[in-house]
Amino acid sequence: MKNRKKLFDKLYNVVAVICCLLLIGVLLYTVARLPHYGEENPRTVEVVERYVERGVEETGAVNIVAGMILDYRAFDTLGESHVLFTALICVLILLGKDEKNMRKEFDSYYTVEYENYHKLAGDSILRLVGYLLLPCLFLFGIYILLNGQLSPGGGFSGGAIMGAALIIFAAGFGFETVDKVFTEKLLKTVTFIALTFYSFAKGYVFFTGANGLENHVPKGIPGMILSGGLILPLDIAVGFVVACTMFGFYSLFRRGSIGHDHTFMDQQ
Amino acid sequence: MITHLWINNEEAVAIILFGIGFTMLLFQKNLLKKLIGMNIMDTGVFLFLASMGYIEGRKAPIITDGVMEAAAYINPVPAGLVLTGIVVSVSVTAIMLSLSVRLYKRYHTLNIDEMYERSRHAAEDR
Amino acid sequence: MGITQAFRILLLVLLIGCAIAVNLTKNLMSAVIIFMSYSSIMCILWILMQSPDLAITEAAVGAGVSGTLFLMTLKKIRAEDGEEKKKKKKTAGRKG
Repeated sequence: MKNRKKLFDKLYNVVAVICCLLLIGVLLYTVARLPHYGEENPRTVEVVERYVERGVEETGAVNIVAGMILDYRAFDTLGESHVLFTALICVLILLGKDEKNMRKEFDSYYTVEYENYHKLAGDSILRLVGYLLLPCLFLFGIYILLNGQLSPGGGFSGGAIMGAALIIFAAGFGFETVDKVFTEKLLKTVTFIALTFYSFAKGYVFFTGANGLENHVPKGIPGMILSGGLILPLDIAVGFVVACTMFGFYSLFRRGSIGHDHTFMDQQ
Repeated sequence: MITHLWINNEEAVAIILFGIGFTMLLFQKNLLKKLIGMNIMDTGVFLFLASMGYIEGRKAPIITDGVMEAAAYINPVPAGLVLTGIVVSVSVTAIMLSLSVRLYKRYHTLNIDEMYERSRHAAEDR
Repeated sequence: MGITQAFRILLLVLLIGCAIAVNLTKNLMSAVIIFMSYSSIMCILWILMQSPDLAITEAAVGAGVSGTLFLMTLKKIRAEDGEEKKKKKKTAGRKG
């Protein structure tokens, strides 16, 4: 039995080395025959020409990438934000604590967290940096979120920065402070409203666009903050979903619930 | 071939990163190391995609000063694809990490060989 | 070869170096930290490749959030490890 295991290990190593080398070799051989780096690839020019030359006129966004992912390919981004939401639900199922989900003898980690809950968590360095950095971080996140159609950034980047700021807030000042502002109910409401709004708004645009009907969303003047038609509201929706998801991940990994868990914590 | 690879150095590095990630996925016994390997594979693919869209001497695809010619900007399509890809990769990482936390709770190890041994012992005891 | 080109190639070499270092380290904590610095190098590369959208996202997500998630997992595992050792000590003390 042991011999077979050893033989299998040896065989596995040999086959794996051969697989890796073959894969890298074949891919490098292909790369050497690709069009040169930094030169234009003539096959992909048509789509790009359409996006760049008529993008501003058709979407109203100065940033072509934002116009592309939230107007031309908005359906893709809708699926994307649902992927984030689904991931949050999966992590909630796997790490959320309830009576069936945890065994008393192994989950002492959470009781340690419970003892720390009423103390102001985090050390003084982290808290001082938080005092200095947090207002700037939130402001930067909101700026990137709202300027998605004008400058680099948009829903995903702004949302991720706001989520990271929430994580620093929770790490420095303890969950007790965060729970006063950011509860589980708020997260659920915000995510639900954002995803529903996205689906209905984009559904309306797709319906009118596919049937040749008139679209009543004003495009605005390109370059102004209120321009780009639906891009700004959709950016805000995506940003909120991303921020909620990032903070939800952290909270679930740290203490096994998104908000303050009354039923479980007050028992102990 | 070497000169071609030197010209396409960005893509070549992307492929090498993909290879390193793949090797980590195959040879590391620790689940966390395997996950880091998967993330490196992800970034390798992103680097490859984005380097296919880069054109020397052109600017980022943000219309400035009313210049509306496609010849003035880089290709925006790979940037859009990679932007969604980065955010998906973090959610995949989160799900994988929570799965490995559950595995650790069950078997008290992250080593995949020991995990296999312990699961076999548990089956034999039953 | 201009100075930008040289800088880019230096960054690419660092990228491969970081990837190999993650592969070779035994300590999980340092592996996670090397991975976070890998993401930061990637972020500079995105700027050099004229995609600032990707740079912002990579800096917030790759170096920030996913690194934090890895560190949280490590902390969780260590905490459970410590509790188990304590329990073993307690039971051993009782037997003795």
